[in-house]
Amino acid sequence: MAKTPKPDELSKINYTPPQKAWMDNPAELKEGNWCYGAKAKNLETLHFPNPRDWRVQDEDWKLPENWQEIILKGMKERLDKYRSFRVFMDICVRCGACADKCHFFIGSGDPKNMPVLRAELLRSVYRGNFTTAGKILGKIAGARPLTLAVLKEWWYYFFQCTECRRCSVFCPYGIDTAEITMMGRELLNLLGLNTDWISGPAANCYMKGNHLGLEPHTIVGNLEYMLDDIETVTGIKIKPTFNRKGAEILFVTPSGDLFADPGTYTCMGYLMLFHELGLDYTWSTYASEGGNFGFFTTNELAKRLNSKIYNEAKRLGVKWILGGECGHMWRVLNQYMDTWNGPADFLEVPKSPITGTVFENTRSTKMVHIAEFTADLIKNKKLKLDPKRNDNLKVTFHDSCNTARGMGIFEEPRYIINNVCNNFYEMDELTTREKTFCCGSGSGLNAGENMEIRMRGGLPRANAVKDVAEKYGVNMLANICAIDRAVLTASMDYWVPGVKVTGVHELVANALIMKGEKERTTDLRGEPLPGTEGQE
Amino acid sequence: MNAILSLIAVIGLALIAYIGVNAAGLQFFFGIVVPYAAMALFLLGVISRVVKWGRTPVPFRIPTTCGQQQTLPWIKQAKFDNPSTGGGVIMRMILEVFLFRSLFSNTKFELKEGPKVAYSSAKWLWLGGLAFHWTFFVVLVRHLRLFTSPVPGFLNGIEALDGFLQVGIPGVLISGVVLLAAATYLFLRRVFIPNVRYISLAADYFPLFLIMSVALTGILMRYFVRADIVSIKRLTMGLVSFSPSIPEGLSVIFYIHLFLVSTLFAYIPFSKIMHLGGVFLSPTRNLANNSRMVRHINPWNYPVEVHTYQEYEDEFRDKMKNAGIPVEKE
Repeated sequence: MAKTPKPDELSKINYTPPQKAWMDNPAELKEGNWCYGAKAKNLETLHFPNPRDWRVQDEDWKLPENWQEIILKGMKERLDKYRSFRVFMDICVRCGACADKCHFFIGSGDPKNMPVLRAELLRSVYRGNFTTAGKILGKIAGARPLTLAVLKEWWYYFFQCTECRRCSVFCPYGIDTAEITMMGRELLNLLGLNTDWISGPAANCYMKGNHLGLEPHTIVGNLEYMLDDIETVTGIKIKPTFNRKGAEILFVTPSGDLFADPGTYTCMGYLMLFHELGLDYTWSTYASEGGNFGFFTTNELAKRLNSKIYNEAKRLGVKWILGGECGHMWRVLNQYMDTWNGPADFLEVPKSPITGTVFENTRSTKMVHIAEFTADLIKNKKLKLDPKRNDNLKVTFHDSCNTARGMGIFEEPRYIINNVCNNFYEMDELTTREKTFCCGSGSGLNAGENMEIRMRGGLPRANAVKDVAEKYGVNMLANICAIDRAVLTASMDYWVPGVKVTGVHELVANALIMKGEKERTTDLRGEPLPGTEGQE
Repeated sequence: MNAILSLIAVIGLALIAYIGVNAAGLQFFFGIVVPYAAMALFLLGVISRVVKWGRTPVPFRIPTTCGQQQTLPWIKQAKFDNPSTGGGVIMRMILEVFLFRSLFSNTKFELKEGPKVAYSSAKWLWLGGLAFHWTFFVVLVRHLRLFTSPVPGFLNGIEALDGFLQVGIPGVLISGVVLLAAATYLFLRRVFIPNVRYISLAADYFPLFLIMSVALTGILMRYFVRADIVSIKRLTMGLVSFSPSIPEGLSVIFYIHLFLVSTLFAYIPFSKIMHLGGVFLSPTRNLANNSRMVRHINPWNYPVEVHTYQEYEDEFRDKMKNAGIPVEKE
């Protein structure tokens, strides 16, 4: 594994493009910027083409003989199936508005990380094979043939895009590089060219129900650890249920919340909140993943993995579904799930059993975001909260790309934070809400071997955090995304040491005054509560 | 290189018209055949392109949401930036198409010591783009007076507004001048901003040069080498009424102008200028974010292979039972 350079070294970035035209400059696949290739066994599990073990650094990627034909056929098919793809191939004017909007470009200076050029990598082949001008004029019309070097360049740069859609906010035609990257990855998957960091979790999710490959008893076991910790902090013993038929609500959250800090604290937050409300809900071990690494692979695989949520809701006979804090999970739930696997006519329009609020905005999908659910509870004064318990924290909030630009959930989490914390500070407004910067590791790029590009991509977000850390002493970065919780921790340690990362519901649980709780002396992390330091 | 090639191409086009009319006497060809052919290519080309886009399905509802979603009633929705209704989408499109709202929010960044990444507003591209497109539109509309008899009143109104400066004889029309200036700005930023130069293709310079040359020949004709407007109108009225003839008194500069315009129109369907139609069909802009309220239908949605609960339980039944998880089959 490549050694990641130190921050001061990494932040010397050259933004001047090379002299040579980009088409004459084949990509150099630098270690630290790519993830390992997909293993045969994972592709076999998923019934994907061309399963074999291969190494990125090898010259021979063990492609099928007719790989060009496969790609071009795949491209034609997708041009006919997705208006987004066809229109976005045709209408870019290369105005450059998107160029410096990409966190990977800001962090690396690599011109092929400008969204426009990332798209041109594919567009050039489109022109050469599907447009009259490109076929006749070739390079003058911006066309090029599909060679092995081009294919490797695609692989390198389509797995160097986090599909965060920030560029599409600024594009005057809304050209969305996520769409282009998604098509690019679909094409690559036709040849068995995925990364193992994506195909591994996807295979796990397919067979075991979640990305981490937690088997049913392990899920129960992991939650039991958390329940013990909750009991230590609050004196309350919680007993959640699993795969319980007849529950009112099915709760689905990313499996990252079940596995590692600080996601587990967020998960403890859910458990405590639901217990306090006396919510009639169940966990599922079969649909134990809210996230969807299929979404970073192909549309079809995303649909296959997503199908478990509705199928399980139907099997258990619940009335509606509540979803935890996750980024791309919510883009999928908001913009894809109902279309793929609906209609969910066996469910009822979600209604909060506590406040009676009917979530009209979810009347078709029947799935509510937990921030919507909790904001409604607080607005209706159903929670007893003591925000002083979070007084040791100076909090800022990171809008996750997918919930920001593929949904627009901005006010709900802020409303919650403002009710459970006394010290909340916004980052530079050019880096939040719809203009938010990616954590740098979304869309399945949160591996270890590509740490350099992750830290580069994480620079813009981290830098905005650093700004509020210096100005206001911010020491806690809140968010509503499981990948954020995992990767921003690494990015903060690297760029802004001292700032920790939390889910919003961890903050809620710390502030939540529960019936029958003992006097709390620590927060969920076992740190002394403000005002109780030094007491033992 | 791409810029030079494009410039040569445009100069070549002007020369073709010059030689064709002056030396070869092909007035009929350049005055009648070329404009008709160009118009036919333009119309058929644009229609077929738009029909092709329109026929391609929109499998998923994927608006880029740029504001607060519609949610709980006490949370204020950004109705235009994150529309959930058709009306909201129409407003979003109007703001986008007429005012370039997305470009208006453009920013630039700078990496300072520290490292410190600083962002600031960047409005020049928005301003240049807006000036370019609006003046192009006004110039186009002004030319309708050549194709209408009598000239409708609103055209006189537009021309009066356009000439509000009231300087020079004939009065300077601001649109043509601004068009040329804006096109020049767009060209210069392509050349002088390194990253924009890096991404620019011949297909980016060529239409700019073409439009600049159209504007330039137009301005030349109006202010410097006066063209016989009566003869021109006789030609254009003949063209538009499908009884074309070549009147006396058309100067070569007019033929050059006409040929460049014809080339531009014929080129549009094959070029990036199609963005004028594409923007209306962009799924990230023209769809409402209501996919949790109303099911969006994918016309090619097909059944997929799934790993069922039964298969899952079969694999893990014993482990589930040991962990106290209910199962379907004991």
